Amino acid sequence: MDEILRVRDLRLATVDKVLVEGLSFTLSRGERFGLIGESGSGKSLTSLAITGLLPDAIRASGQITLAGEEVVGAPERRLVGLRGNAVATVFQEPLTALDPLMPLGRQIAQPVRRRLLRQGLPATRPDITREVHTLMDQVRLPDPDRLMRAYPHQVSGGQRQRVAIAMALACQPKLLIADEPTTALDVTTQAEIVTLLRSLVTDLGISLLFISHDLAVVGQVAERVMVMRDGHMIEAGPADTVLTRPRDSYTQSLVAAAARFDAALEGDA
Amino acid sequence: MSLISVENVGFAYGTGRAVLEDISFQVPRGANVGLVGESGSGKSTLLRLLLGLETPQKGRILFDGAPLAARDKRFMRGYRTRVQAVFQDPYSSLNPAHRIQRIVTEPLRSLKVAGDHHKMAQAALEAVGLGPDILQRYPRQFSGGQRQRIAIARAIVARPELVLADEAVSALDLSTRVRVVDLFQSISQQMTMIFVSHDMGVVAALCDHMVVLDRGRIVEAGETRAILRNPQHAYTQSLLASIPRMPVPAQI
Repeated sequence: MDEILRVRDLRLATVDKVLVEGLSFTLSRGERFGLIGESGSGKSLTSLAITGLLPDAIRASGQITLAGEEVVGAPERRLVGLRGNAVATVFQEPLTALDPLMPLGRQIAQPVRRRLLRQGLPATRPDITREVHTLMDQVRLPDPDRLMRAYPHQVSGGQRQRVAIAMALACQPKLLIADEPTTALDVTTQAEIVTLLRSLVTDLGISLLFISHDLAVVGQVAERVMVMRDGHMIEAGPADTVLTRPRDSYTQSLVAAAARFDAALEGDA
Repeated sequence: MSLISVENVGFAYGTGRAVLEDISFQVPRGANVGLVGESGSGKSTLLRLLLGLETPQKGRILFDGAPLAARDKRFMRGYRTRVQAVFQDPYSSLNPAHRIQRIVTEPLRSLKVAGDHHKMAQAALEAVGLGPDILQRYPRQFSGGQRQRIAIARAIVARPELVLADEAVSALDLSTRVRVVDLFQSISQQMTMIFVSHDMGVVAALCDHMVVLDRGRIVEAGETRAILRNPQHAYTQSLLASIPRMPVPAQI
């Protein structure tokens, strides 16, 4: 199988504190991988390390190989190429990811234009507009002509997150990182975004690193999962196994907690 | 008689369109009622009305038989001794410059409650599973879950008849959330509670009755168990169907 990402013995630390230690995992082409963790587990720092976006105060050691290139210790110039080309991220809050003063169409057009130029393709206005339309279609955004002219505050939270996903896909990344992409959304919208992410992986043949604290959501998205706590890997394996027959006591307590709310929903509380 | 009776309430901010329309429901004394809805459902506005921060333009809210008069200072002083609130974010709801002692006894001082405030604070902390040793410490020394316990201790210290909780467990990690839900469950035995949340699972675990709101209207209300087992309204049905569930172990 094609390996898109290999993390080996990753360690992230500030001068006086170790934040992530001994983390190793791999992600294959077309795979949906879930990273589960509560606050302070190091799951988001891990995703920042993969994209080379760690704050200056945090030092990374170990290896992160992304699409054949080493990320740890790479100069910024190389990382800029890697971001977009190999990896793109969708964050929790689409409102902060989007420029409030720019129409949505132009926001999607920016990464499209950069990618066309990088690939040596024509990047005239009609070329870009055509690509933007294709992307909006891919993320199932309705009424593209109207939405292209709309500003972020004029559309719903779910539509904003679709725009953020379209911007991430505009670069044609091999790996899409989604860091709590549904946490700020209503459940009905969440269900739609989960369906969208799954179908994008299949349709585009990309890999997905899905980060969330919500076990049930991860269970819907990922084939394989890893549970993190306090910067360490606790347990990893097929999603169905880890979420139904966890071996570690911490994972067991998380699964029991989630199952309790599920039971309450069945009217069994 | 119901402790809270919401009668045909309608509300709009300024001259905008109605945020709440024709809202009616009862909260019997001792009941735990969940107000469930997604963003834009009007649940937060309804909570503001119940807190007396806004006044309905149509209809009225009765508390223990008397209409809630948000602009009547004397009424509100009495109301605040009987109704307390717990909010979503324990990082912003506790004053970082004050010791826990001052934070938990605050309602007693501002409401001029008679008695030994220190002892009452100790009792409230004990009820939420925290020792008296924390009274001299500051909020920054506590985790999110512990802070929410402190906020709950502050809400119950003046022995209110009604606790209004606004997404009070939504900001907590799963393992912490379970424990704070347990805590709410134990204190809800002794008082009436209205629990506002977008999280149907939490409401299902905590509330015997629920009111489902969508775009400013009640779409369904009744016993929690009955609604969960047999939701009548299409919106409630789609809401329940959208909630992600844990995978079920394969049967062997």
